[in-house]
Amino acid sequence: MELLSGGDMLVRALHEAGVEYIYGYPGGSLLHVYDAVYKQSAVKHVLVRHEQAAAHMADGYARATGKPGVVMVTSGPGATNTITGIATAFTDSIPMVVISGQVMSHLVGDDAFQETDMLGVSRPVVKHSFSVRRPEEIPELVAKAFYIASTGRPGPVVIDIPKDMTMPNERYEYVYPKKVKLRSYTPPQRGHSGQIKKAVELLVKAKRPVIYSGGGVVIDGSSDKLRELVDRLDFPCTSTLMGLGAYPGTADRFVGMLGMHGTYEANMVMHHADVILAVGARFDDRVTNATSKFCPDAKIIHIDIDPSSISKTITADVPIVGPVGNVLDEMMALLDEAGEAPNTDAIASWWKQINEWRPRHAMRFDKNDNGLMKPQEVIQGLWEATKGDAYVTSDVGQHQMFAAQYYKFDKPNRWINSGGLGTMGFGFPAAMGIKLNFPDHDVVCVTGEGSIQMNIQEMSTCLQYGIPVKIVCLNNGSLGMVRQWQDMNYEGRHSNSYMQSLPDFVKLAEAYGHVGIQVKTRDELPQALEDALVKYKDRLVFLDVAVDPEEHVYPMQVPMGSMRDMWLSKTERT
Amino acid sequence: MRHIISILLENEPGALSRVVGLFAQRGYNIETLTVAPTEDPTLSRLTMTTHGDDRKIEQITKQLNKLIEVVKLVDLSEGQHIERELMLIKVKAVGAQRAEIKRTADIFRGQIVDVSPSVYTIQLTGATDKLEAFIEAIGAAQVLETVRTGVSGISRGEKVLSI
Repeated sequence: MELLSGGDMLVRALHEAGVEYIYGYPGGSLLHVYDAVYKQSAVKHVLVRHEQAAAHMADGYARATGKPGVVMVTSGPGATNTITGIATAFTDSIPMVVISGQVMSHLVGDDAFQETDMLGVSRPVVKHSFSVRRPEEIPELVAKAFYIASTGRPGPVVIDIPKDMTMPNERYEYVYPKKVKLRSYTPPQRGHSGQIKKAVELLVKAKRPVIYSGGGVVIDGSSDKLRELVDRLDFPCTSTLMGLGAYPGTADRFVGMLGMHGTYEANMVMHHADVILAVGARFDDRVTNATSKFCPDAKIIHIDIDPSSISKTITADVPIVGPVGNVLDEMMALLDEAGEAPNTDAIASWWKQINEWRPRHAMRFDKNDNGLMKPQEVIQGLWEATKGDAYVTSDVGQHQMFAAQYYKFDKPNRWINSGGLGTMGFGFPAAMGIKLNFPDHDVVCVTGEGSIQMNIQEMSTCLQYGIPVKIVCLNNGSLGMVRQWQDMNYEGRHSNSYMQSLPDFVKLAEAYGHVGIQVKTRDELPQALEDALVKYKDRLVFLDVAVDPEEHVYPMQVPMGSMRDMWLSKTERT
Repeated sequence: MRHIISILLENEPGALSRVVGLFAQRGYNIETLTVAPTEDPTLSRLTMTTHGDDRKIEQITKQLNKLIEVVKLVDLSEGQHIERELMLIKVKAVGAQRAEIKRTADIFRGQIVDVSPSVYTIQLTGATDKLEAFIEAIGAAQVLETVRTGVSGISRGEKVLSI
């Protein structure tokens, strides 16, 4: 029997849960725990410069690896600073475990120094949360937290630990549970066979089918199965922002992202489809446009592990609750068994129609003659320079959409962005979390001069731990997406959407001990990217790239319209 | 339509706040809410009434089921069930009214549980519409104070909500 203090138990339990890195920031209520961290080397701690960044780092790690990221912060402001990061993970179903310090149990409720009701503050944005009431329950709660965070529809779990639960001189028996069981939590293991059979019957009869794939496929690690099904059926495949890479972005059957800034052909395919197979996607408002006008002729098959995602916004004709991979397996087994194949004539004429749609917009954009780049050019250049194989994180806004549209992701878990919550300041720390765990891969944060300033302080963390991420800042001197909407809906009144007094990002990067490169024209981009990726391979490089502030993201769905109602340029509408 | 949702909940601190918070967060309406431990002290039984169309009620039950501490849940209004609410009501009772109120209470099978020279306190149990009918019969002008427990409910027959 081993006796450990609460602090030692916590660190040991984290190690047993498979944790290599904790991202965090110490403070009064966690000092016993930080002392326990100091006394061992199995679990490494990364000291961020702002707790929000710790949550995004853990999140980036989780999105790239599928394993829960771990955050450790002190009580009060330390805890509340993580809320945006927790909410970001929650909205995108990302596994995360957040350890927050708390004031001594006997002070809870007294408005003590650095006391805040973390369980209350975080409640709407966590999958679950625990408060430690006895030190000896720490290992069990850690095991439960990891189990809940990473199973079913994943999400963040908070463990709030009052300081007196971690006293160094009070030791208790340490038992890490071999297995976790919760009577009130049983994530679905497989889909309903009858429903899956119905789905397969619909699919083989379909004349204008489409497979609409979402983040759930990436999270479930089921990209291979998705690819197999799409290729076997020879159906077109579209993806949500969160699902990019699950089906290869360069493959012919991929018709591009769908939704508000989806491709013309993806939205047309959806609108005209007679059967839609939604796989791990949730018919989000950025996908459906007006739900009343959504895909009028389509029968909808919806696979999701979360029953509440089904028929929430769009009613499913065939709902299937279960893990995506398992359901896809069963679908393919049924196809084998029945020996049925889709109607090849119908599918051929469907492809003919799709291929007629494809050239209509073809993600074209006009280039400037004066050398000032359009943001799309930068993403294309980045795609070429990284051979389409980098981990790309983004912040939120125009640059995010351009990255999603023009960087063709062929692998899952490579496109890392805050799709649901839309958190500016996410990209850079997320990239750090990835780079730390994939040191041999290119990790690039595509950002804007607005977003990057929301967590720019982390350049200091990067120097301390040697995290050579590449920052590609599309600098148009304005909050591009806000500006775009103001151009389109507010007669060009740019209320608070441009930035004056921007820092000299090159000098700023240098001041933090890194490399800064300014790119003003098209001609300078290839060399700058090469320098960033090769010459300064082991350094953080901040590329400050000037781009045209007048550019808009297209296609763009017309608000309150159907899937097929789009602006294709500033002047062309479907 | 009105629904009575009955939940077996882990009897843990904070569990109730998750249920109530969910309703606030997602814009659902709680009309009544009762909660108390069951014969198994690790479980609480919670009954709530809410209004909504089928889609909304489906979302409510699905979202509630997602809460880790919700062990089991049933929408009682989907089947045969018994619902009861308890009301304590103080009414003005002077002169000839005293006899009249007593009679009305008897008709509704209410009990007068406290008496003062000018006030009766009546205890009444029944479905919500019965309690409302009683208030109407007494006359709103006579009512000084009401306190109601909110709806409790249970399925008819063999069906039980247990683990």
